[in-house]
Amino acid sequence: MSTDPFVLEVNGQSHEVADAHPGESLLRVLRERLGLPGSKNACEEGECGSCTVLVDGQTVCSCLVLASTAAGRKITTIEGISGDDGLSHVQEAFVDAGAVQCGFCTPGLIVSIGSLLESDPDPSDLAVREAISGNLCRCTGYGRVLEAVHLAATRRGGST
Amino acid sequence: MTDLAISKRTAAPRIGEDTPRPDGVPKVAGTFAFSSDLHHDRMLWGGTLRSPHPSARIRSVDISAAVAVTGVHAVLTHEDVPGSLVYGLEHRDQPVLAPDVVRYEGEPVAIVAADSPEAVRMAVDAIAVDYEPLDPLVDPDLAERADPIHPDGNLVRRINLIHGDQDVRGEVQVEGTYEVGMQDQAFLGPESGMAVPAEDGGIDLYVATQWLHSDRDQVADCLGLDPALVRLTLSGVGGAFGAREDLSLHVHLCMLALHTRRPVKMVYSREESFHGHVHRHPARMWFRHHADRDGSIVRVESRLVLDGGAYASSSGAVIANAACFAAGPYRVPSAHIDGAVVRTNNPPCGAMRGFGAVQTCFAHEAQMDRLADALGMDPVELRLHNALAPGDELLTGQTITGTAPVAEVIRTCADHPSGASMAVDPMELPGGAGRTADPEHVVRGEAFAVGFKNILFSEGFDDFSEASCHLADGVATITSACAEVGQGFVTLAQQITREVLGVDDVVLLPASTVGIGSAGSTSASRQTWMSGGAIQEACGQVRVQLLERLAVKHGVDADDLVVADGRVVSMAGGLEIDLVEATAEPIEASVVFRHAPTLPLDENGQGDAHVSFAFSAHRAIVDVDVELGLVKVVELTTSQDVGRVLNPLQTVGQLEGGAAQGVGLAVMEEVLVQGGRIRNASFTDYLVPTALDMPPVEIAALIEEAEPGAPFGAKGIGEPPSISSTAAVAAAIRNATGLDLPRVPVRPTDIVFPEGAA
Repeated sequence: MSTDPFVLEVNGQSHEVADAHPGESLLRVLRERLGLPGSKNACEEGECGSCTVLVDGQTVCSCLVLASTAAGRKITTIEGISGDDGLSHVQEAFVDAGAVQCGFCTPGLIVSIGSLLESDPDPSDLAVREAISGNLCRCTGYGRVLEAVHLAATRRGGST
Repeated sequence: MTDLAISKRTAAPRIGEDTPRPDGVPKVAGTFAFSSDLHHDRMLWGGTLRSPHPSARIRSVDISAAVAVTGVHAVLTHEDVPGSLVYGLEHRDQPVLAPDVVRYEGEPVAIVAADSPEAVRMAVDAIAVDYEPLDPLVDPDLAERADPIHPDGNLVRRINLIHGDQDVRGEVQVEGTYEVGMQDQAFLGPESGMAVPAEDGGIDLYVATQWLHSDRDQVADCLGLDPALVRLTLSGVGGAFGAREDLSLHVHLCMLALHTRRPVKMVYSREESFHGHVHRHPARMWFRHHADRDGSIVRVESRLVLDGGAYASSSGAVIANAACFAAGPYRVPSAHIDGAVVRTNNPPCGAMRGFGAVQTCFAHEAQMDRLADALGMDPVELRLHNALAPGDELLTGQTITGTAPVAEVIRTCADHPSGASMAVDPMELPGGAGRTADPEHVVRGEAFAVGFKNILFSEGFDDFSEASCHLADGVATITSACAEVGQGFVTLAQQITREVLGVDDVVLLPASTVGIGSAGSTSASRQTWMSGGAIQEACGQVRVQLLERLAVKHGVDADDLVVADGRVVSMAGGLEIDLVEATAEPIEASVVFRHAPTLPLDENGQGDAHVSFAFSAHRAIVDVDVELGLVKVVELTTSQDVGRVLNPLQTVGQLEGGAAQGVGLAVMEEVLVQGGRIRNASFTDYLVPTALDMPPVEIAALIEEAEPGAPFGAKGIGEPPSISSTAAVAAAIRNATGLDLPRVPVRPTDIVFPEGAA
C-alpha cells in the first residue's frame, strides 16, 4: 500500500514522492527516497533533535512529521543550509569552535541554532541552552556548542 | 630536530595547536557518510528477531510464514551460520543466533533480508518461535550459587587482590556499601552498516566500530572464511564510548548478503540499540577503609560484584580495572579486594568510558569523605595527604615509574575560584523548564573527587598499532586502521605527520582491514599513544630515509639537515631544497608500534600489569530541591593529568564531553532492568543530559608532565573526565542534603524518601 503521489519542496527543489507508504515520516522520505541523508535518525521519536529541519521556517523533528503532510510547505534541511556560497556562519563556527566530535547531532543542532539566531541574534547562554535543549549531543557536553553559537552570533553581526 | 622544526614553524598547525578537524566541514554540511547513511541501488534491508524472554528454551523455530511474505529474500537462523556458532571480544561465548536457549531479553534468534523495512518487519513478526520461558537469574549476588546459565559457568572472573601485610588495622575505620546502576553509552548514531558480497566469494562490510581487525577476525570465524576474504571498512561512526567494541549486526549482515548475493543494509532502532550493545556494568560494592589518626590510609578492604549479564564481552578486563584501582589514587600499603564479575540473564555488559574505574571511584571517593568526617579532617587535605606520587606502589604492587601528578591535579582543582552564582532565572533551578522548584527549598552543596585508571591495554596483552607513511611530491599519505569515533584522531594524525615531516599536505586514507595491520581498539584512552605513536615512528623513518638520500646526493652530513615548513635545509647553510622536489621519488615506511610490555596479574592480583595512568579531579556545585528531590548541577571544575596537550580544542572537548556522561550517571542515567527486562529502551525514558542539564565545565588546569614512552609525552585523555565527575556530583548532593546517598544515579526518591527514613 502506498499513498497517492505528492510533491515535497526541499531546499528550493520540487521532488515527487510516488511510492511512499502512508506512515512514512518526513525523515524517512528525505533520507531514503530523496537522497538527503544529512538529517539524522538517532531516536525517531522526537527526543534527540538529530532530524531537525525547517518546515515553513519552523524547526520540527522530521521523524514526527508524516511526509505527505509536508506537501506544499517549504522544507529546509541541513543540505540547504550551506548554499552555493559556502558554509553558513553557524556551520563555520561549529568547525572553528570545536563543536563537532562524532558529528551525528551536528546537522540538527545547526538547523536549530540557525533558527534561534534568526529570532534572537545575540542570545544569552541560558537562551541558547533552552533553544538547543531538544537536541541531544553525547560527545561535547555542549560547552563548545555554546562557544560556536556565540562565535556565529558575533560573526553575523549580532553582537560586538 | 623536532624542537628546531617547532621553532621554525610558520605554516599549518602542528602539535600543541588548535587545528580544525579534517572531517569538520563534511560533518557540518551534512555530507559526512555515517554507517546509517549508506545506500546501494540493489540493496536489501535487514532485520533481526530478538528474544522477548530473558531466559527460555527454544523448542522450535518456524520460518515458513516469514519466507512467504512478499519481498522477503532470506530468513536465516543458527542453522545457517556457516562457521563458528559463537563469537566474543575476549571469550567466544556468545551465539551469532541463539540455537536452543536464549539468555537475555533481546538476544538475536533469526535474521531477515527483504526489499523494504516494512517487509522486514512483517517477516520478523511472522517467524514463529516456540519458547519455554525459564526463571531468569537476575540477582548477581546469587549467580555463583545458582545453576549455570551457560556452559562456561556463572563466574566470569574473580580477582582476589591481596597486597601488603594482611594483619594491619587502622585506628579509624569507616565502612560503606555502594551501588552503581547500569549506564548506557547512548551514542547517537545507531548500530548500522552494509555488507556487499564480492566476486571472489568474500565480503565487504562497511560498519561503525571501534576495532576493525578484531571485528574482521570474529566475523571471518563465524562465516568460515579466510580473514583475507573479509574486508571491513570504517563507515562514519556516530559515537562509541565502548559500545562498539563488541560485534552487533556484523555477522548478520554478512550472512544475509552472502546468502542473497545482494548488498544488505541494516539500521537498529533506538529500542533495538538498547538491546543490541553491551552496557556499563552495574556494581555492588562494600568497602572498609582503615587509617591512622593523622589521616594516613593503612588498609582498604573491599568486595565488588559486577553484573556481567548473559555473555562475557570484556567483563574480565573490567573487573581487573575495578579491583586494581579500587582504592583510588592513594598510597595504600595493605589491601584485600575481592572482585567478581558474574553471569546473569540481565543485558550483557562490557566496555564503557572509564571501564571499571567509574564504579569504584564512586565508592572510594564516598569512603574518603566518610574518612575525612571521622577524622575531622578537610576532605581535600585528606586526599592530598594520601595522594600517589611517582615511585609509590599501587595495590598491585606495581611501582609507578611514569608521571603521577596527583597532588597537582587535586590542588589546582580545589584552589580554582568558583564562578557559580545563585540562580536568578527559575529555569536555572532544579527542575528547570518545569519551573517546579520553590527557591525556599533549594539548598546548595559542594564536593570534590579524584579518580584514575590505566591507559592502554594491560595484563600482558600484546597491544600494538600498525601505520604506514608514504611521502611523495611533498604529500604525506598515512594509512592506519585506527577507528575515528568522534574523538579527533584524524586531526591528531595530521598534526603528528606535519610535526615530524614538516609537510602541509597530509592525506589520511580511510580506515580498513585492507593493506594495513591492526591499530588496536579505539578504547582505553589508547589511540593517541598507540596509533599516534605508530604514525610518529613511520613518519620519523621516512624523514631519516629522506635526509640520508639528500645527504648522499648533496655530499653533506645527514645530521646537518632539517625538514621544516615544506623544505629541507642545512643548518650550516647553503642548502635549501623544496620538499616537493626532494620527494619526487617516493619514500615509504611502515611500523608496528608497541608500548612497554606488561605482565599478567598473579593469583593475588599482583604484578606490573599496567603501562601508564591518568588522573583527574572534579569539584561539583549542586542545587538540590529537597522537597521534590530534584538536582541541578550548577558548576563543574576539573583538573587533569594529560602528559602533554596536542590539540587544546580537542582536549577541552574531551573534558567537557566526558564530564557530561559523568553528570548523567550521577543524576539521571540508568537502564532500568526488572526481571531481566529493560523498561526504558528509548530516549524518552532513558535520560541523557541536555544543554539545560549540563553546567559549564571550568578547566582549572591541564597538568603537562611529559609521560615517558608516549608520543610527544601525551597521555590519552578520554576516560578520566567520566571517572571523577560522577563521584563529585554525588558527593555534592550528599553535602547539600546530609544524606548517605550510597547509589548512583541519585533518584528524586533517594532524596525525598531516603532509606531508613520514616
